[in-house]
Amino acid sequence: MSEAALSGALPHRRRLGEALGGWLLSLPAALSFLLLLLLPTLAAVAMAFTDFELGLWPPAWIGLENFEEMWADRGFRQSFRNTVVYVGLVAPASVLLGLGLALLIEAGARGRAFFRAVFFLPVVSLTVAMAAAWQYLLHPTIGPLNAALRVLGVASPPAWLSSSDWVLLSLASIGVWEQAGFNMVLFMAGLTAIPRELREAASVDGVHSAFARFRLVTWPLLGPTTLFVVTITLIRSVRVFDTVAVLTRGGPNKASEVLLYTMYTEGFTFLRLGYSAAITLVFLVIVLALMLVQTRLLDRRVHYG
Amino acid sequence: MRPPDSGLHVEEAAVTLGGNPILRGVSLSVAPGEFVALLGPSGCGKTTLMRVVAGLQPPASGRVTINGRDVTRAHPAERDVAMVFQNYALYPHLTVRQNIAVPLAMRRLNGWQRAPLLGGLFSRAARAEIARDVAAIAEPLGLAHLLDRKPAQLSGGQRQRVALARAVVRRPAVFLLDEPLSNLDAALRVSTRREIVEIHRRAGAASVYVTHDQAEALTMADRIAVMQAGEILQLGTPEAIYRDPADLRVATFIGSPRINLLPAAVGEDGVLLLDGAALPLTSPARGAVTLGVRPEDWRIAPAGLPARVAHVEFLGDHELIHLEAGGAEIVMRAEPELRVARGEALHLAFDPARALLFGADGRRLPMAQREAAHV
Repeated sequence: MSEAALSGALPHRRRLGEALGGWLLSLPAALSFLLLLLLPTLAAVAMAFTDFELGLWPPAWIGLENFEEMWADRGFRQSFRNTVVYVGLVAPASVLLGLGLALLIEAGARGRAFFRAVFFLPVVSLTVAMAAAWQYLLHPTIGPLNAALRVLGVASPPAWLSSSDWVLLSLASIGVWEQAGFNMVLFMAGLTAIPRELREAASVDGVHSAFARFRLVTWPLLGPTTLFVVTITLIRSVRVFDTVAVLTRGGPNKASEVLLYTMYTEGFTFLRLGYSAAITLVFLVIVLALMLVQTRLLDRRVHYG
Repeated sequence: MRPPDSGLHVEEAAVTLGGNPILRGVSLSVAPGEFVALLGPSGCGKTTLMRVVAGLQPPASGRVTINGRDVTRAHPAERDVAMVFQNYALYPHLTVRQNIAVPLAMRRLNGWQRAPLLGGLFSRAARAEIARDVAAIAEPLGLAHLLDRKPAQLSGGQRQRVALARAVVRRPAVFLLDEPLSNLDAALRVSTRREIVEIHRRAGAASVYVTHDQAEALTMADRIAVMQAGEILQLGTPEAIYRDPADLRVATFIGSPRINLLPAAVGEDGVLLLDGAALPLTSPARGAVTLGVRPEDWRIAPAGLPARVAHVEFLGDHELIHLEAGGAEIVMRAEPELRVARGEALHLAFDPARALLFGADGRRLPMAQREAAHV
């Protein structure tokens, strides 16, 4: 309803009443947005510039000191690097695996529901609970994985979760296992949205091989889906926490320390909430930057049918 | 007879989907340069027949040959067919130019040459030739100024022409069109009819045109195959289908307004009786029959079938008079000058040479005139 059209026709009081009603109706949503989202975020941002520690009152404004400390902190730099490596492993692998699984299941005539359910299971299962299963699977001495490797002739298979060389790779594999099924479901939804007529037109136009059809029709038309999947996967991988917290606690020797885990230990173990908030701010900036890159850069090259 | 090694031949094609027979052994031959319309109500199997020809629907039995080659089990890409889809099926992410070029690129370039960026280095000559062919087809279709647009930026009629251009650009042996006009508005539909026929003539392909619109079939096709319930009821020229239908179902499907059907009988002497009155028509059949008279074959006469005017529709160049005659409703097409009033009682006569006689099973029956005189 246009304001300009109403202002001339309606008496002043009625307009006022309508405006009041509008504000009243939007009040619950506005209030909860303010209290639950905006204020806590602003509080966290503000906290990042203080030396706030639980039990020490009042906190002092220390400007950028937290960030200077972070820059100098080798532990934080390690954690940042680990996060980048983890995301670099998990995001491409789980996106490609999700796409591959979706294409295979769509192409298969039988067992669609079965395979979809199997690969979606990790998404609905509780990661903390599943971590116990992974701990057993990857156990250096009694784990089935190493038992299998020994049968295959590997004399001393690595201690997956307690070797600083392997721990990130192991966690990344669990991350891929967790996320590929979710990506698969998203890609399957994208695939069903591609009109059958287009695939038929392609085959009449001379597209014979599955790869050529993928290149001409499927991949370009999956563009919006892929953009969404990549964004969501990046953000989900940057947020890795529960497997680290349950399986390795950032160890050994900080080899699997990641951003959110560092934030957690600083805030809840050492109770340095100011410093923890500063890390959160860095994390927030990374996530926002990722989203911005996605929407600005990739959006232009993606076709929205 | 045509040589059997040219054009399109479908022999006894049968398709069953989910236990329901969609095509019941349909045969159809289309010569190069011929335009055949598959006409029928929705669900009659006409689109399925086209998909069998295109290779998108494998037939349960039967044979499809194109220019003498058995393609019954061949992939659509190997059949030398082109198809215009009902919703055009343009690649939404490609420009008009790229859309039209797809069938050429798929046939003339290999996978490496089609690769983005680098592929161009290895196929300069072939790509130049493709660009020439695209321009040559786009020009007469009025697409030259639209080549760099995406399908979403085109109107329905323009998309339609892009789909046509993409289909004929590589000069296919068989040209298939699946209700290509159904998404256009009425005015555009009429002008595009002619355009499609011209494209067909230039391409010289064996064309099959699926439609449920009899006006399209009658105006465009060299021959019409009237389909119903998975069978071709009749295959013939538009004139034959209209004037000489083999079946009651064909007679009622073709013609607008619908043909008038009157219950009649043939007496023991072979004379046709309508409402108990003898008509100047004889038939070798006996018993209950159906007499079919098209609306334009009626006229008002001093004597004949008594009728009462129920309703008059004025349509400018002609008018339709709805009459009630002995419980049956008759529609008569008349000159607009003919002034009749609602409720007026009059007598109707029809042209016996153009009347059609059908048996109880719907099959057309032979009929002859007894005398030269009309009713």
